[in-house]
Amino acid sequence: MKEAQEFVWMGAIPLQIHLHESEVTTVPPPPPALILAPRIGYLPLLLPLIKPYFSSTLPPGVDTVWFEYKGLPLKWYIPTGVLFDLLCAEPERPWNLTIHFRGYPSHLLIPCEGEDSVKWNFINSLKEADYIINGNCKNVMHMSQSDQLELWNSVVNANLEAFIRSSSKLKSGTIEDDYASKSSLSSQKSQKMIGEADTSVQTKTGKVPVRLYVWNVSEDFGDMEDAPPIDSWDRISYVNRPLEIHREEGKCFTLHDAIKTLLPELFGKKRKPSEGENDEQSFGSEEETKNNRMTEEGEGNISQPLETGSTADDDPEIKLLRIQGIEPKLETPISWVANHLRHPENFLHVCVYIKVPSAKSL
Amino acid sequence: AGNFQFPEIGSLHLIRCYPPASAQAFAEKWKLNNPAYPPWTWVKSLEVPIFATNQVEEGYLSLENVCIVKSNDDEVASCVEGEASLYDKEDEESTDSATLSGNDNVQPYYFDFHIIYSASFRVPVLYFRAYCSDGRSLGLNEIESVLPANSAKVLLESKWTFITQEEHPYLNRPWCKLHPCGSSDWMKLLFQAVEKVDRPAMELYLVSWFSVVGPVIGLGIPIQMLKEP
Repeated sequence: MKEAQEFVWMGAIPLQIHLHESEVTTVPPPPPALILAPRIGYLPLLLPLIKPYFSSTLPPGVDTVWFEYKGLPLKWYIPTGVLFDLLCAEPERPWNLTIHFRGYPSHLLIPCEGEDSVKWNFINSLKEADYIINGNCKNVMHMSQSDQLELWNSVVNANLEAFIRSSSKLKSGTIEDDYASKSSLSSQKSQKMIGEADTSVQTKTGKVPVRLYVWNVSEDFGDMEDAPPIDSWDRISYVNRPLEIHREEGKCFTLHDAIKTLLPELFGKKRKPSEGENDEQSFGSEEETKNNRMTEEGEGNISQPLETGSTADDDPEIKLLRIQGIEPKLETPISWVANHLRHPENFLHVCVYIKVPSAKSL
Repeated sequence: AGNFQFPEIGSLHLIRCYPPASAQAFAEKWKLNNPAYPPWTWVKSLEVPIFATNQVEEGYLSLENVCIVKSNDDEVASCVEGEASLYDKEDEESTDSATLSGNDNVQPYYFDFHIIYSASFRVPVLYFRAYCSDGRSLGLNEIESVLPANSAKVLLESKWTFITQEEHPYLNRPWCKLHPCGSSDWMKLLFQAVEKVDRPAMELYLVSWFSVVGPVIGLGIPIQMLKEP
């Protein structure tokens, strides 16, 4: 578990940050800032590193900082790594962003008053995750102000050791999955389904805090390079809904099952008893048979006809699924994914590109 | 609770909320008891069909263009009864807020309210936004000045945990949100007297919820709404 956590915490995106031309008052214009941004961090937290590059060239006025990628104002409360995974179909290294110090688009973005805004957004998300997992916010509410601050600072500094120390006071629990721990699919390490710190509680959580970012791609494209750019947040469907895991004896609730559960309208009707196709029944996947295999890239093609009589052509196609910059196989147990790839606030952020056949999209 | 005389303006779409029966009942009771007011309606998230779940038709209750008038002399937000006539269709001049009452102290603000179910907290959550008659959005500070005195005080003391500016779950725009963290506790308190959760109790769910939440943002509920039909 620790190894995967380290991997996640050390993940970083190289950024090349350009000052917007309207705010450049010097000739020649300043060179872009090159910053390595932690995946689990947030863009406004980088300001102390970025500002020195541009402070001498800014026009007079008060700073209201915001970032933009290809014209799209970036939502500052979405972790940097998630923004990158979502907006760069073909990963761009370094990632070229534009920074603005003036003209905050307050009709589009909620206000950001520096680190405090980001901190409170984080703490509120932590509470939300706490509520989803435990049915109440007590764990977070009972943390002292200084403990909360310590936890927050560990995130700001991407300091995993400090985070583990601080979060020991938070009984986040883990998702248990008997199937995954017994099966050969899981690695040695993942069999230790114990929380990060020694004092954490082993709770049987049936609900996983998930934030799903779905891009419904209407046109087909072969390479990610050809993917059309996202020019508006209205193109992204944001699903902030807990994932309910229904564990069944001997069955593995996979990542693919999770996506189908979170987007039931796209992936078939409510479960009906299957008629002798096979004896297995797992939640939300009555149409799945053992023939349903995913490709390396995680493209999911539900090749079995649904009971409703629709054919494979009607089914949505998962063109891309990214979590923490990786594309896990869709048959990975969701418990492993959630326990190892979650963010510090205990949410699993998943970026999905889906192609919905025209018959289904409205 | 008093009667708030909301003028009859505003567009409404028909909406169901979770639980569906509760939203229906709420909208019906409101309409029944507030005949002069716009009814709550249900907005389907048609633009994002991706969201329709098996259990709940995604959408939210909407009440828009509610006029709340605040007099600078008066600390408590109120809606002046006499204003209702100003929105008669025959009276074209009423659109100019400056001629509203000849009183410079009176500022009309318009509120949109959306009640959206939070899957995380399993309670309805109130989102709202406010704007002036010229369409300019109000900041949190200005909204605070319109709230009933008690709320303003609470808001001041716990800036980050009571009313926050957050993104509307569907509309990709900043709205104000009343925090749901305490909601389930209130609801438990309200329902602990109910011996069994039966149909009338469920239907009253949203009415009860709103009776607690509404006054915070200056929307009262006529007492008749809380009674059994």
